[in-house]
Amino acid sequence: MAVLTEEQTMLRDMAHEWADNESPVTAFRKMRNGAPASFYDPEAWTAQAGMGWAGILVPEEQGGVGMGYLSLGLVLEQLGRNLAATPLAATATATAAILIGGSDAQKAAWLPRIASGEVVATLAIDEGPRFGGAIAAAVTGGKLSGTKQFVAEGDSAQLFIVAATDGLYLVEGDAGVTRAPRKLADSRSHAQVVFDNAPADRLEGGEDLLTQVTDRAAIGTAAEMLGMAEAAFAQTNDYLKTRVQFGQVLASFQALQHRMAKMFTELELMRSAVEAGLEAADSGRANISQEASLAKAVANETLHLVSREMIQLHGGIGMTDEHDAGFYLKRARVLEQMWGNAAWHRDRFARLNGY
Amino acid sequence: MATAPEIDAPLNALDDFRTQARDWLAANFPPSLKGRDNAMSAVEGPTEEDAEQRAWREAMGEKGWGVPTWPKEYGGGGLSRAEARVLQEEMTRAGAWNPIGGMGVMMFGPTLLEYGSEEQKREHIPAIARGEVRWCQGYSEPGAGSDLASLQCFAEDHGDHYIVNGQKTWTSGGQWADKCFMLVRTDKSKKHEGITFLLCDMDTPGVEVKPIQLISGSSPFCETFFTDVKVPKSNRVGREGEGWTIGKRLLQHERNSLSGGGSAAGRMFAGTPLAQIAKKYVGVDSEGRIADADLRTRIARHEMDLRSFMLTLRRASLEAKSNQGPSAATSIMKNVGARIMQERSELLIEIRGMAGLGWEGEGFEEDALKDVRHWLFGKAVSIYGGSTEIQNNVIAKRILGMLDHQ
Ligand SMILES: Cc1cc2nc3c(=O)[nH]c(=O)nc-3n(C[C@H](O)[C@H](O)[C@H](O)COP(=O)(O)OP(=O)(O)OC[C@H]3O[C@@H](n4cnc5c(N)ncnc54)[C@H](O)[C@@H]3O)c2cc1C
Repeated sequence: MAVLTEEQTMLRDMAHEWADNESPVTAFRKMRNGAPASFYDPEAWTAQAGMGWAGILVPEEQGGVGMGYLSLGLVLEQLGRNLAATPLAATATATAAILIGGSDAQKAAWLPRIASGEVVATLAIDEGPRFGGAIAAAVTGGKLSGTKQFVAEGDSAQLFIVAATDGLYLVEGDAGVTRAPRKLADSRSHAQVVFDNAPADRLEGGEDLLTQVTDRAAIGTAAEMLGMAEAAFAQTNDYLKTRVQFGQVLASFQALQHRMAKMFTELELMRSAVEAGLEAADSGRANISQEASLAKAVANETLHLVSREMIQLHGGIGMTDEHDAGFYLKRARVLEQMWGNAAWHRDRFARLNGY
Repeated sequence: MATAPEIDAPLNALDDFRTQARDWLAANFPPSLKGRDNAMSAVEGPTEEDAEQRAWREAMGEKGWGVPTWPKEYGGGGLSRAEARVLQEEMTRAGAWNPIGGMGVMMFGPTLLEYGSEEQKREHIPAIARGEVRWCQGYSEPGAGSDLASLQCFAEDHGDHYIVNGQKTWTSGGQWADKCFMLVRTDKSKKHEGITFLLCDMDTPGVEVKPIQLISGSSPFCETFFTDVKVPKSNRVGREGEGWTIGKRLLQHERNSLSGGGSAAGRMFAGTPLAQIAKKYVGVDSEGRIADADLRTRIARHEMDLRSFMLTLRRASLEAKSNQGPSAATSIMKNVGARIMQERSELLIEIRGMAGLGWEGEGFEEDALKDVRHWLFGKAVSIYGGSTEIQNNVIAKRILGMLDHQ
């Protein structure tokens, strides 16, 4: 566990408690069954913004709490545990883009509204089903045109950070923007968004602004995945301690004990990799791309393992929709694909290290 | 690697049979049904046939070729294994599929042929061979999954019949089945020896099914409740208390068919090759290779695994024939088949990225949507029919002679 300040400890504990009391997995199930157009519960989002989470990266001058990435990660982890359907992760990464690449005017225009929870923002980067493909969206005369696939929270976002051939742009979600829902297995929002001569405002930043932003998105996603992996593991561990077969609890079988011990080990490594990524983002370290690839690759592999084992070790009951195991499995595979799968990050890690 | 020659039948006789099968298929299989699927072999969904499918099933049923190696006297095809293989080859050539299937064919039929009375065989086998009756499996209970022998559903002796009370669960296809083969307890004082094998009509008063939804979104199975259900004693297979032995034999057939024994394996992994899908979704490098090198080697590893699996299936079947008994390799088949199938599903999802995770609606290829459901439903193959862990326990104890640490 990273060394936390008193403030961070309080934040984490508050997020933990809120997630358990106000946003248990039953809340996600209810959202899924109700399938609102936004694919999240607006009341829960308002509550989160009220606790300052929407502005967690936003400096105090602009109405946020300015606590940084480690704090954001602590919250995402707690929400991930219960699969909370929230636009927090997407909004925070869009915030990161504005913080790194925005002019004073752009910051002043957007950050206070984001911090208050009034604006849900998101990244619109990929044009194909896999991360990191070519970008064709282009801007002429201040108007952006192009199609972005699988934009998280794209069904409801009011602000898009859009990747075009010559950089990142701020695009508001009304004029020239049409959205079509893409229903994925995880029952969250992943819309196709078409920009047709939409007014676009360029973020300056450096050459590598896109990489800086998607690295932070990968790290944030890894934090959410950490929470999911922890919860999936804990539920499985609890189940094995109660389910009786052959006159004994399943937890007494060594074949299962060693599998749990292996997962526990992987989870510890995952936590270190994720926390290192969050800390790298906070300190603005030059090697953040390496840390991001490490965090995301390890998170992908570990959550993959734990979510698969969760089903297997629950036996038939884990196969039923009534049980939560399937939710973890489905969300896991979607997050594995976002911002680079394990193969993508391993490949980049090798390149960054010169081999 | 085993390359034993076919010894079942002289070659020219097989040639004659091949001609005969080809002619018959040409006369009876409507080409319009090419590429369709066997509705009965799927556990999911009711069997809905149009007139053409029905005619095809009846033709195959009449011939007994849906269960080609079962004895002719009970409506089977009476073919040798070699002839059955030729038939399969000719069907593949013609694009034909077997319209007869389901649990009756896969597990119950072979078990009844071995343990049933003459009357029971005459009553049930021909109907299975003609694809007229759907069977379901009443084994598992909420407290008896891996530890099946702890089942509690009780059959009380009432002279010429039993009265059955209790609950079964995970009854695949229970809502569409006509009949159920089930394990019940007839003696509470003994664990394994207190179990009896019964056959029950699903429309007997007191039988009630409640579908359960799966993570794949479908409801292919049920909780089944038995309240004062009357089952005539003539529906008991074997002796009272012999159910565990018979039930286990049936599980061997189940595992064998689940491992993809025979032609099932070919079908299980048919479809567009992974590499081809990967080239489409991931792109190729300047030399025409899948652009993602890591994915490329993982696909290669998977295809190698799959090929070793198919070779092992073949070796096991050749060994079984020449040793007149099951090969040691058969015990690993269900686990390997399950693992490879699940890996294939995961790879398919990974290859297509977000487009491989579609649930419904616009924006996804039809195949991709199907593959997502397969991926989720496929998580069950390492659980049902004896989970991977239970198979490993069996391998360790029975084959490797390791000790029971429990
Ligand atoms: C889709 C589906 C269809 C099915 N269809 C049918 C059907 O038609 N008819 C029917 O009767 N049943 C059916 N089943 C039930 C199936 O046979 C059981 O789910 C299976 O036997 C496992 O039992 P369980 O679910 O109670 O899991 P449990 O026995 O509770 O097992 C939970 C986990 O613990 C592991 N475990 C248990 N004991 C040991 C041990 N001693 N050592 C190591 N690990 C152990 C298991 O492998 C599993 O991973 C179906 C199940 C599914 C999922």
